Amino acid sequence: MGRYVIRRLLQMIPVFIGATLLIFLMVNVMGDPIAGLCGDRQCDPATAAQLRTEFGLDKPLWQQYLTYLGNIFTGDFGTAFNGQPVTELMKSAFPVTIRLTIVAILFEIIIGITLGVITGLRRGRPVDTGVLLLTLVVISVPTFVTGLLLQLLLGVEWGWIKPSVSPEATFGELIVPGLVLASVSLAYVTRLTRTSIAENRRSDYVRTAVAKGLPRRRVTIRHLLRNSLIPVVTFIGTDIGALMGGAIVTERIFNIHGVGYQLYQGIVRQSTQTVVGFVTVLVLVFLVANLLVDLLYAVLDPRIRYA
Amino acid sequence: MRGATHARWAACAVVVALAATACGGGGSDSGGGDGSGTVSSSWGDPQNPLEPANTNEVQGGKVLDMIFRGLKRYNAKTGAAEDMLADTIETTDSQNFTITIKSGWKFSNGETVTAQSFVDAWNYGASLKNNQKNAYFFGYIDGYDKVHPESGSQSADTLSGLKVTGTNTFTVKLNQKFSTFPDTLGYAAYSPLPKAFFDDHAAWVQKPVGNGPYTISSYTKGSQMSLVKWDDYSGDDKAKNGGVDLKVYTDNNTAYNDLLAGNLDLVDDVPAAQLKNAKSDLSGRYINTPAGIIQTLAFPFYDKKWNTSGAKKVRQGLSMAINRQQITDTIFQKTRTPASDWTSPVLGEKGGFQKGLCGDSCDYNPSQAKKLVQEGGGLPGGQVKISYNADTGSHKEWVDAVCNSINNALGNNKACVGNPIGTFADFRNQIGQHKMPGPFRAGWQMDYPLIQNFLQPLYYTNASSNDGQWTNKDFDNLVNQANAETDTGKAVKLFQQAEGVVRDNMAAIPLWYQNGSAGYSDKVSNVALNQFSVPVYNEITVN
Repeated sequence: MGRYVIRRLLQMIPVFIGATLLIFLMVNVMGDPIAGLCGDRQCDPATAAQLRTEFGLDKPLWQQYLTYLGNIFTGDFGTAFNGQPVTELMKSAFPVTIRLTIVAILFEIIIGITLGVITGLRRGRPVDTGVLLLTLVVISVPTFVTGLLLQLLLGVEWGWIKPSVSPEATFGELIVPGLVLASVSLAYVTRLTRTSIAENRRSDYVRTAVAKGLPRRRVTIRHLLRNSLIPVVTFIGTDIGALMGGAIVTERIFNIHGVGYQLYQGIVRQSTQTVVGFVTVLVLVFLVANLLVDLLYAVLDPRIRYA
Repeated sequence: MRGATHARWAACAVVVALAATACGGGGSDSGGGDGSGTVSSSWGDPQNPLEPANTNEVQGGKVLDMIFRGLKRYNAKTGAAEDMLADTIETTDSQNFTITIKSGWKFSNGETVTAQSFVDAWNYGASLKNNQKNAYFFGYIDGYDKVHPESGSQSADTLSGLKVTGTNTFTVKLNQKFSTFPDTLGYAAYSPLPKAFFDDHAAWVQKPVGNGPYTISSYTKGSQMSLVKWDDYSGDDKAKNGGVDLKVYTDNNTAYNDLLAGNLDLVDDVPAAQLKNAKSDLSGRYINTPAGIIQTLAFPFYDKKWNTSGAKKVRQGLSMAINRQQITDTIFQKTRTPASDWTSPVLGEKGGFQKGLCGDSCDYNPSQAKKLVQEGGGLPGGQVKISYNADTGSHKEWVDAVCNSINNALGNNKACVGNPIGTFADFRNQIGQHKMPGPFRAGWQMDYPLIQNFLQPLYYTNASSNDGQWTNKDFDNLVNQANAETDTGKAVKLFQQAEGVVRDNMAAIPLWYQNGSAGYSDKVSNVALNQFSVPVYNEITVN
């Protein structure tokens, strides 16, 4: 187990380098960011040159990249164009997005898995058909439609919630945005759980458990659900990264100043440091989440062993 | 049925949670009509650090307008430059100015505003090593080329044209005659700065200190700035409310929804999609007033094809092929006004705005348009490509409409196409490298309400924003004469003559004047936008 973890951690290094290099190249292809800094007029050449030196944009790309990598190891992610260190942006953005992600994941786990179990156990019944139809609707409607609709109805028309989230972004305020963010994944979790449960219901160990006379609840939760969770856990694990990086739409709609918002600003203003910094951290989140998922397999199904 | 109970439980949890957030909300405070109430307003994240000479966009400008007062201030209604801190600004030759400031003004940290506060601030703003994006504002002052050379390093730290001659007086020597120079001094870049700015710059930028009617009580970058009324403010335009909370919105649609839901008092940028409903949604609390912004189509005069003798007729033809009225009515919901000159109505007739100066060339006339384009030798390269940045400002819609209009008029549906460029930075980049394949979007937001500001930076040979590299000796001469003219009325006349040269050559096609739009809640009144489409915050009262 220990060796497996170490091997996996070592594998992260090339992925990390490759990912940052790619992003670095992509942002640089977009052209000279200084040109857009002076608004609808040309920056005067002297100031532009000075700014370029300040942000290290006058050096060749490979040198910029190496300096960047070197700085990262000392925890220096550079400075965004508005003069704020990127680490400061991260400090304000990540807690908010993490809270939003937690809310979304909780929705996926609680509602998604519950619905999945219910429908999996009652295949073909009206509940099953109803939920399936519902998930189909949720999957096919884009997030921004759900988001804007909920904002308009709950926020403006009925006044149940505030249409926007305050800078503090407490858990309470994030419930609706979290639900919107989770909605599509939630539908997938439901469907995955349903299929998995329905499949495993006929397996030997469930029959044995039932034959032993175990209570129905125990059979469902300890035997059936635990073994059916492997694909679901894989999905939710990869979804953590996707939710954090992909919250741009939801964050924009509900005015949440999280990672998505900072990334959006970074891209629009072509702030290389901001974009590369945030994406780097997101890549790490992806990698760690995937590692955790792999380790969870062994917990869920003791037949899986790591050498 | 156990399943059903589960589902019901989950649904209940959601409802409870929703109710909880609703209870937790509703924090919009109003202190009543005694002037202690706080106004909450939408805001965008400023692009640059907040320093007077480094702020070149509206969002940062809003804050500077609240916490700073300069020598002059532009009247929110008439646009006239009126003395604020300036007691007198005297000149005999339009080149050497003696400026006396009123005594008794203070910064909110207790420091006195002196002539030195101005001179230090201007020297800082001009100095190349400080990377100030508005440094060019000081370009008229003698010694600028030493402090801010076009390349290489600076050979002086201070402008030789600035001299402090007393606690409250200083002199300015310009490197050319510039009669309307005093009227430019209302721009935020000319604000005075306290010693605290130079002593601890990092701390100052975290929480700027100025001499205006408000002070900053807290500033969380990227999310909110709270400003409170400064009771010891020296000017007579004291704040009529207790303070202003500027809230950063990621999307103006969200801000608008917050306004409708009663969580926000003021939105100064009504989203385009809502313009249709804004009037009825807000039952009259919707403002749509002209701002000092004009949109034009500029041409790449560095491209030989556009610089032929016949191309002038082609440009005029294109101008006549654009149905401005229809586009402003349908696409912009009347938040733009068809342009008939190259300035802006906010200048007023006295300031140099002349309705209809463009004449027939700006009237929609498809048959004449077709004729002119043919006479001029046809479209260069057989097709015009209108370049714009596709990332912000929904430019695609109107560019497509302009192209449609041109195509219809010329009877050729390939005559005009839009040429979207991914990001604003790349758009600016290609303009800077002179790579434009045809006409391109050129918006101009004035720095100060002067006709000079609508002409000189845009059309003077090698001027800072002359992106199309248009050059004309007559125009340059007239501008020089106007700048040398001490009588303002005569100067304006000369600028209008210069504008006539722009018209005769159709140096750029004027499209429309842009309005500022705002909406406000029933909790506030006296809301107005100034010529820069920034709300006049200190005048707002809380009901």
